[in-house]
Amino acid sequence: MQAFAALIDGLIYTRSRDHKVRLIAEYLRDTPDPDRGWALAALAGTLRIATVKSAAIRAMAEERFDPMLFRMSRDYVGDTAETVALMWPDVSTDAMAPTVAEVIDLLNTTSRARAPNVLAELMDRLDANGRYALLKLATGGMRVGISARLAKTAFGQAFGVSVDDIEEVWHALRPPYAELFAWGEGKSERPDPADSAFFRPFMLAHPLEDGSVDLEDFAAEWKWDGIRIQIASTGGETRLFSRGGDEVTAAFPEIAAAFNGIGVVDGELLVRGEVQGGEAASFNALQQRLGRKNVTAAIQAEYPVFVRLYDILFDGAEDLRSQPWSARRERLECFAASLDTVRFDLSAIIEARDFDHLAEIRAAARAAAIEGVMLKRRDAPYLAGRKVGLWYKWKREPLVADCVMMYAQRGSGKRSSFYSDYTFGCWTPDGTLLPVGKAYSGFSDAELKWLDRFVRDNTVARFGPVREVEKSLVLEVAFDAVHESKRHKSGIAMRFPRISRLRRDKPAEEADSIANLRAMIG
Amino acid sequence: MWIDPSRPVERALVTHGHADHARSGHKAVWATPETLAIMALRYGTETGTPMPYGDGFEAGGVKISFHPAGHVLGSAQILLEYAGERVIVTGDYKRRFDSTCAAFEPVPCDVLITEATFGLPVFTHPPIEDEIAKLLAAREANVDGCILIGAYALGKAQRVIAELRRAGYDAPIYIHGAMQKMCDLYAAHNVPLGELILATGLAKAEMKGGIVIAPPSAMNDRWAQRLPDPITAMASGWMRVRQRARQRNVELPLVISDHADWNELTDTLLELRPSETWITHGRTDALGRWCELHQLKARALDLVGREEEDEG
Repeated sequence: MQAFAALIDGLIYTRSRDHKVRLIAEYLRDTPDPDRGWALAALAGTLRIATVKSAAIRAMAEERFDPMLFRMSRDYVGDTAETVALMWPDVSTDAMAPTVAEVIDLLNTTSRARAPNVLAELMDRLDANGRYALLKLATGGMRVGISARLAKTAFGQAFGVSVDDIEEVWHALRPPYAELFAWGEGKSERPDPADSAFFRPFMLAHPLEDGSVDLEDFAAEWKWDGIRIQIASTGGETRLFSRGGDEVTAAFPEIAAAFNGIGVVDGELLVRGEVQGGEAASFNALQQRLGRKNVTAAIQAEYPVFVRLYDILFDGAEDLRSQPWSARRERLECFAASLDTVRFDLSAIIEARDFDHLAEIRAAARAAAIEGVMLKRRDAPYLAGRKVGLWYKWKREPLVADCVMMYAQRGSGKRSSFYSDYTFGCWTPDGTLLPVGKAYSGFSDAELKWLDRFVRDNTVARFGPVREVEKSLVLEVAFDAVHESKRHKSGIAMRFPRISRLRRDKPAEEADSIANLRAMIG
Repeated sequence: MWIDPSRPVERALVTHGHADHARSGHKAVWATPETLAIMALRYGTETGTPMPYGDGFEAGGVKISFHPAGHVLGSAQILLEYAGERVIVTGDYKRRFDSTCAAFEPVPCDVLITEATFGLPVFTHPPIEDEIAKLLAAREANVDGCILIGAYALGKAQRVIAELRRAGYDAPIYIHGAMQKMCDLYAAHNVPLGELILATGLAKAEMKGGIVIAPPSAMNDRWAQRLPDPITAMASGWMRVRQRARQRNVELPLVISDHADWNELTDTLLELRPSETWITHGRTDALGRWCELHQLKARALDLVGREEEDEG
């Protein structure tokens, strides 16, 4: 545990990315299994300890410390885990400091009720830095400025293997990654998880910005506004994964059940909306299906989901990723032909004479579920991540509305002292403002300073962290779509709203009305 | 008569030489000979009545005497005795071993006026040997660069140097120009610091693998650009909290303090058991709460002119 604690502190105090990678690589080389595997999981964000929630840490603290002294200390330190780690008395016992593996074993085999006691016993065997690392490990929130990608990069550097090779099998493996280390150290072949259904990293697109492409080289298809999803099936087992590789099979059981192919496909999960005449509904409808623990038959019937297929990565056991898009597309069409048409269809190719024609088609498209156009190089293989020049996303022009700032809230992180989150509204016929959205981006640092000053100088009321301001500032807000919603009193809400311009020249009473906004519902 | 007044007064008792305690311009000063020497160095022609540890004098029926506080060279607690009542003003103090100054002496008293700079239970200063070992290990691992330590010019810098020597580090130590006279003063008071070399004007290559000490204000300054690939360290009790170290861009936090930590503060209260405790600068609320929990009568004294975090 001390080596892990030293690593965590090293990462906290090191600013250079290369130096961070070096620290992790050294640790992974020098530490025995399975400690290093658990540490890798903690850094990559794949470690879950179900028995410990942050409430357990607070409960443990309240049992040991005077609540007032704890609160004063917590206020000063600004982090519960660190406060507890620092306040905890050094107990001089002969008990050896636990290993990372011992910590994981003990916490994974206890109950949620017993966890605070187990944790306390472990705390007694560690020094302050060890206690800090223990609490961070147990709650899963390392916050040491490391992304999963950086952790894998460090693994690659430690053992001289490529990050792409790691990515390829990463999602089939589970902590503490013994097979991965065995491969890294040259003791075995790269793990071959062919007999299980696991996630392969998605191919992603760059924004097209202001450029154009030749449609001889690029195929165009709609960019659908749902959830990007990967379906992997071995025949025996079918699993669904979201963009980040999280498994979402349980949220969409009807998709997994209906998928009768063997292979790996890439598509967009959408809800079929009755209002749209059976076409794909807006993202708003899909949101009703997200984050539900219990997917009832009623919900499945009310929000029927289907997958619009974009690509195929594996047909059976055959890896198609090195083949050009055009060849994969043909294979996909064959593959899709035998799938249930209620649950699966193909994302259509847009037929356009040339790029200008495509621009016209794109401008005319207002279907609720269309976010824009995708451009895919016909000869490009399927590669993990965002590669230059292969795939472009060309979102349709955003909608804009002039709104009036109503409330402001402080941001977090490096914006923590600024009022940077704004709620804005539009007018009702009787001349009142009702909120329609909230935005915290789109402005420059200089504009943020000005906005922050405006909020402070024009505050009319305070509600905890929120300030209500004089209704005098017009903000031009850009957004991708607007839809019915119970979130705001106005009954409508925007998708991806951001501040596109400060309209200091415009009188507030000339801002848009709710009716104007309602007319934009797609 | 005032103790550590923040404005010039007729008659001042000064506990120690740090600028927020020892101001210039008083008409008459009583302080230890070391503190007077430090004031003379800083303010030029200051003079006063030297009060060696244990010595005292009487003013208006009050007996005033000076006792070691263990904070920096010359630091003193001031004992006031009147009609059998004893009041001690600790000034800044610590209980840890420090080879650069006389050790704190517990003085029995009725009223204790204590500091509380690190008066929160999160502040426990680790053994200084551990922090010095950390520093030497970092130097060892970075022989192509150097370690730049931010340390207050009076007290902290000399203690870090003395501890490095005690740990067997006998290479020259490079110092910022602003510390030279204070280091000379310490050496003249029998605190050997070994060979010190002025970093100003040296070529980068000469300081490779070395340890450089500068006041915290010089660390992010152009001055530091003359150094070969420095790892930024800071010697301060505040370094105990990670976010504090990060906010100051410190890569190597060294938890080394001139002040009593939480345990030293509370142990001293339990040892002396004064019938009343007045808490001055620092976290008066938390130490006050602790006194309440331990049935000790205490109250907070608000003092003007005390910066919370400029030293420590």
